Amino acid sequence: MSFITGVGLTSYGKHEGSSSLDLMSKAAELAITDAGLKRSDIDGILCGYSTVSPHIMLATVFAEHFGIQPSYAHAVQVGGATGLAMTMLAHHLVDAGVAKHVLVVGGENRLTGQSRDASIQALAQVGHPDYEVSLGPTIPAYYGLVASRYMHEYGVTQEDLAEFAVLMRSHALTHPGAQFHEPITVADVMASKPVAMPLKLLDCCPVSDGGAAFVISREPTASTGVRIRGCGQAHTHQHVTAAPALSELGAEIAIAKAKAASGVEISDVRYAGVYDSFTITLAMLLEDLGLAGRGEAAARVRAGYFGRDGAMPLNTHGGLLSYGHCGVGGAMAHLVETHLQMTGRAGLRQVRDASIALLHGDGGVLSSHVSMFLERVR
Amino acid sequence: MTERLADWTKGAEAIVYQTCKACGKIQYFHRSFCAACGATDVIEKPASGKATVYATSLVCRAATPETRAHVPYNMLLVDTVEGFRMMAHGDNDLAIGDEVIASYRPFAGKLVPYFEKK
Repeated sequence: MSFITGVGLTSYGKHEGSSSLDLMSKAAELAITDAGLKRSDIDGILCGYSTVSPHIMLATVFAEHFGIQPSYAHAVQVGGATGLAMTMLAHHLVDAGVAKHVLVVGGENRLTGQSRDASIQALAQVGHPDYEVSLGPTIPAYYGLVASRYMHEYGVTQEDLAEFAVLMRSHALTHPGAQFHEPITVADVMASKPVAMPLKLLDCCPVSDGGAAFVISREPTASTGVRIRGCGQAHTHQHVTAAPALSELGAEIAIAKAKAASGVEISDVRYAGVYDSFTITLAMLLEDLGLAGRGEAAARVRAGYFGRDGAMPLNTHGGLLSYGHCGVGGAMAHLVETHLQMTGRAGLRQVRDASIALLHGDGGVLSSHVSMFLERVR
Repeated sequence: MTERLADWTKGAEAIVYQTCKACGKIQYFHRSFCAACGATDVIEKPASGKATVYATSLVCRAATPETRAHVPYNMLLVDTVEGFRMMAHGDNDLAIGDEVIASYRPFAGKLVPYFEKK
């Protein structure tokens, strides 16, 4: 068994003057304190990557900087799925007795540490160097291609996609740490600058500075525990050119494996934290995971289904789209928020019942997937 | 493996793909082996340039000075008649399902495949 015993999250947006290591340290300190532990209790470290400060040994760079000498440490990289992939690995490490308390940490000064062009250019390199990158694509273009096809096959409109941006923004309004606090409408999304059609500026997550961390332990350290019930991964391709058909993408494979590993069904789930780099990403993943029928996710947003008071509250912190996206830490914020909801600490954002939660992360261009079920235990 | 044919990624006006003599699968990304079965007996072939549009995205925000000069440009995924999918550029008004044919145009210092309606 494994438990998420502590979580830490900085605000996302501009952290002028903070390095990636500073943001990682800040989040790590918060998570360790939240778990009621001392730094010396941490015997394992998993960290992500930083595009601003690339390093071949980031985990030990961080461990030395932070002041920990762990018995297990290394970095993990699977793009946007990194946070949940690290959590899955930590789950197995503590379950196997390799470590007692694993610190999972991600953070990056992606907004102020480099130009926006540099960020966009760095991320575009997930494409094939010969057969894709030389055509001048961007991450929005890769997802724009997928969006055009998904909309074509399932009758989804640009207005449908806009609903997800509006929902995430409405959630971010109630979180003081979110990057954006101005309400938006479907009309605002439709009128925002074209980026890679059908995706417009407000269909895209921002570039942010920020950090997030968790502690994964063999035993709970508080009266309310959050247990990792089971996880699954799938990696069907790297490049969008080599992606399988829309009906055979990795999210469906990963969720099936997570169901088998946990014994949890979608009908048991009360809260969802789902990767939302673009509006299309969220729409597709909700439908792939079985949280909505094909082409029906937007209708569920309009009906309030994914709202804080709805049947399936989703990304109540505002998601990547409106809380912000600082790279590896970006989607880790979904897990931090889920933990706060499950332990009744989400304040104004608190939902009625977050006893069982589903988390899903996506890296590359729907290339790498991690699904995970969490359960509250007392 | 047969000798590598020059294609657009090497500056030639051609699209090249590979077929596996052992299992018959085809692949677009060049390798010295078949990714489906591992056999090293793969044959290089020039493609006809005929294809159907699978997906489109009109890029309006580029990230480098070289690519910004071309904005807006239409990124495509096309399914070739030979049976492989590839990324390319094309006319801005192309729609999914359009039957298209390849030519080649300069883009950011290189030659790239460019599809137009047949």
